[in-house]
Amino acid sequence: MSSTTNSPTHHTSTIGAIGAPSRRNTELALLIFAVVIPVFAYANVGLAIDGQVPAGLLGYGLGLGLLAGVAHLAVRRFAPYADPLLLPLATLLNGLGLVVIWRLDQSKLLQSLRGFSPAAPRQLLYTALGIALFAAVLIFLKDHRVLQRYTYISMFCALILLILPLVPGLGANIYGAKIWIRIPGLGSLQPGEFAKIVLAVFFAGYLMVKRDALALASRRFMGLYLPRGRDLGPILVVWAISILILVFETDLGTSLLFFGMFVIMLYVATERTSWIVFGLLMSAVGAVGVASFEPHIQTRVQAWLNPLREYQLSRKITHDGILHSDQLQQSLWAFGSGGTLGTGWGQGHSDLIKFAANSDFVLATFGEELGLAGIMAILLIYGLIVERGVRTALAARDPFGKLLAVGLSGAFALQVFVVAGGVMGLIPLTGMTMPFLASGGSSVLANWSLIAILIRISDTARRPAPAPAANPDAEMTQVVRPS
Amino acid sequence: MNKPLRRIAIFCGLLILALLIRDNYLQYVKADALRSDTDNRRVAIERYAHPRGDIIVDGDPITGSVVSKHGDFKYKRTYKNGPMWAPVTGYSSQAFGSNQLENIEDGILTGNDDRLFFRKTLDMITGKPQQGGNVVTTLNAAAQKAAYDGLAQQGSKGAVVALEPSTGKILALASYPSYDPSSFSGYSDADAKAWNKLLKKNNPADPTQNRALRETYPPGSTFKVVTAAAALENGKYTSADEKTDSPLPWVMPGTRTELKNEGNIPCRNATMRTALQYSCNTVFGKIGADLGNDKMLAEAKKFGFDSEQFTPVRSNASVFSDNMNQSQTALSSIGQYNTAATPLQMAMVASAVANDGKLMKPYMVDSLQSSNLDPVAKTQPEEMSRPLSPQNAQILQDMMKTVVEKGTGTNARISGVTVGGKTGTAQHGVANSANPYAWFISFAKLPDGSSPVAVAVVIEDEHANRGDISGGGLAAPIAKSVMEAVIKPKK
Repeated sequence: MSSTTNSPTHHTSTIGAIGAPSRRNTELALLIFAVVIPVFAYANVGLAIDGQVPAGLLGYGLGLGLLAGVAHLAVRRFAPYADPLLLPLATLLNGLGLVVIWRLDQSKLLQSLRGFSPAAPRQLLYTALGIALFAAVLIFLKDHRVLQRYTYISMFCALILLILPLVPGLGANIYGAKIWIRIPGLGSLQPGEFAKIVLAVFFAGYLMVKRDALALASRRFMGLYLPRGRDLGPILVVWAISILILVFETDLGTSLLFFGMFVIMLYVATERTSWIVFGLLMSAVGAVGVASFEPHIQTRVQAWLNPLREYQLSRKITHDGILHSDQLQQSLWAFGSGGTLGTGWGQGHSDLIKFAANSDFVLATFGEELGLAGIMAILLIYGLIVERGVRTALAARDPFGKLLAVGLSGAFALQVFVVAGGVMGLIPLTGMTMPFLASGGSSVLANWSLIAILIRISDTARRPAPAPAANPDAEMTQVVRPS
Repeated sequence: MNKPLRRIAIFCGLLILALLIRDNYLQYVKADALRSDTDNRRVAIERYAHPRGDIIVDGDPITGSVVSKHGDFKYKRTYKNGPMWAPVTGYSSQAFGSNQLENIEDGILTGNDDRLFFRKTLDMITGKPQQGGNVVTTLNAAAQKAAYDGLAQQGSKGAVVALEPSTGKILALASYPSYDPSSFSGYSDADAKAWNKLLKKNNPADPTQNRALRETYPPGSTFKVVTAAAALENGKYTSADEKTDSPLPWVMPGTRTELKNEGNIPCRNATMRTALQYSCNTVFGKIGADLGNDKMLAEAKKFGFDSEQFTPVRSNASVFSDNMNQSQTALSSIGQYNTAATPLQMAMVASAVANDGKLMKPYMVDSLQSSNLDPVAKTQPEEMSRPLSPQNAQILQDMMKTVVEKGTGTNARISGVTVGGKTGTAQHGVANSANPYAWFISFAKLPDGSSPVAVAVVIEDEHANRGDISGGGLAAPIAKSVMEAVIKPKK
């Protein structure tokens, strides 16, 4: 890693290049691990299920290696000072996700379900598209501040994306949550995944402009800075939209995600703790309010409070008009049966979750087959991604970059919490997918572009400051030379 | 903006921390509870993931395992000669659970028992698949076959239990009609159909009922052996040939009802030997009434009445009631009124008499083996009680021999072997309207004085007319062939 250290000549200079090491070789070394680990996992699954190394091992290894290589070259060329951890961590998660999706494709139980088709080839295709999108973002988005120009366009895009699942004929109601759109011939899309990024752009642009007004015009009351009534407007609007999402798409997760992201960005923009208090109050009021009349949310809460009862109901014919699902209890059993070290790749029975075993509930398979140790590792990988994102926000020099980075990282963290917490029974289940691990094209594409934007911001943040202008006096003496 | 950013970083860290704590709770604290939750299908999948150990009779397995083509359970149970052995093995079905030996010794058969822990760990380290241990039974294949075939030939509901008096080993345990536990050991629709066909509501013959252990019948005259034992033990009479104080006709005390004998038999002041030979109701009814409820109950309890037996498969408790007046005690002492006994109970009575008064605890599991045939546990014969002194036992044996030599039990005679027995024809139903049960209990004694087998047979016949049913006619030939099957290799 010689190139990552500065050459000694720099240090002799009195001013010294602020030149941070680019860390590209560190990234490359980590990437090798991020490719090799899933390849071993893939071989392990094959050995456990069929007793032999899977035939596609070489192809899979080369494919993943190639994708990682392309991503790395794109970063090396277009964002040389980017954070070195983000790409390897995302690659590792994506690779492991592919292995688990392939592993669940081998399940006879899942194969026997109506509408089964192997998800791994599709996921591999979307991964390739995701990496392509990642590279495209790096190539075409030379500076993240360009996004600032599209603040209000972003708002419209986000609203359209959020409304799409409600359009008759386009939206699909899957297990009670209406967060999907079905495009004939192409498959299903979760527009909420993209809305997450577009909304972050809008919030960052909007708050950057309004933050002074929101922060300064306030009254002090009981140790809190209360905003003026008219400044409450934006948060009320976002709150209302979240509630509408909850009511019409009956999806607690998406709603929580957007509102949470906005509160985080509002707090960072204004440095006013009162926004957090308001945010918590409003989300509590909204969630409880909607839950009091929306049966789908009530069912989810009931299932969360008593998963075993829900499991038993799902095995009987009930006439209450509610679709009872044994998924959560099956997921808990999968986690519990994994124990500390897990059953080993390919040896668990997480396919008992059946529907969405490889998407919303993908973490349960990790839990059963890799055990507590594996889940802790995966959660820490997510934690690292989030912290690298927040660190990027800290390092960013412009407020828009800071807000965008913290918004994306915060949304990522909230999503991980909401999904993992849901499948582990910590909070009620919501219909979202584990970033990178879960099967689903929208999720893969959206999250790769999210990582690309973070990498772009971190590149800008860590890029050495332009060399200070040469001493004007010296220049003057050179210029004013009698000729 | 950096101060709130740092706080957000901490907040995100807390979110991840909450997940980590929850995960530790789920996968460490609650792991065992979730893993072994009976609703968790993994418990069943694991249970059928390896071939089950076998149940062994005379060195040969009577069970097996085959790879099931259906569903996610890999191996399913098979049974050799299933209907014959069903009362011993019980069933182990993927869809319908298990019972009896299959259930009680499940830990050994699946290999999960703590006693197989070392073996299991060794297998895990050496990478061998888990293997179940074996359950070696005390049963005697020839005796079981004789018992089941005898019942099948008769074609009526019935049961046979044979014991080895000196140890309490169960040699035969047959129930008819029976069922083939192989027919529903899987998880398919065919299995469900077979199961439904066997349910009592769909099949009045109730083939899954284990009549040998779980059905109690009025024992009728076979209970007179217990009454005779009570008379001897309480010193009411001290020999078989002492004249008893037995008027004829005899009106039961406290009533105006005359206790009747079957036919015109010499029962007035008959000796106990004669009374047992002809099966005099009056003689034994009066003995019971004279001794009283308490003494009769105490003796019956010594034979094992009023308590469940664990062989280790549970048998129902046989009944001899408490708080009866004299006439009720008289009826009970000839095996009527509330008195009811399982076939196992009556085999225990015959066995205690044959074993010189010592009742051995009946058992059917001789030993448990690990998969490589290492012994894990062995059952030692255990004395349960002494209902008779050795002298009184000799007297009673002698009386029972007379029954077979020249009384109601002549159908059970075996040449070269001394056989003692007692017939019974128990009435039941409202006003005795239903067909009686035919009973026969007996034991065999070899010339060297040892007693290798004691048998109880009961048959309920719905088709034969009442007069034809008698223990001697229907039940004794089956008892005879079971005894012969046990004796033959020893001669």
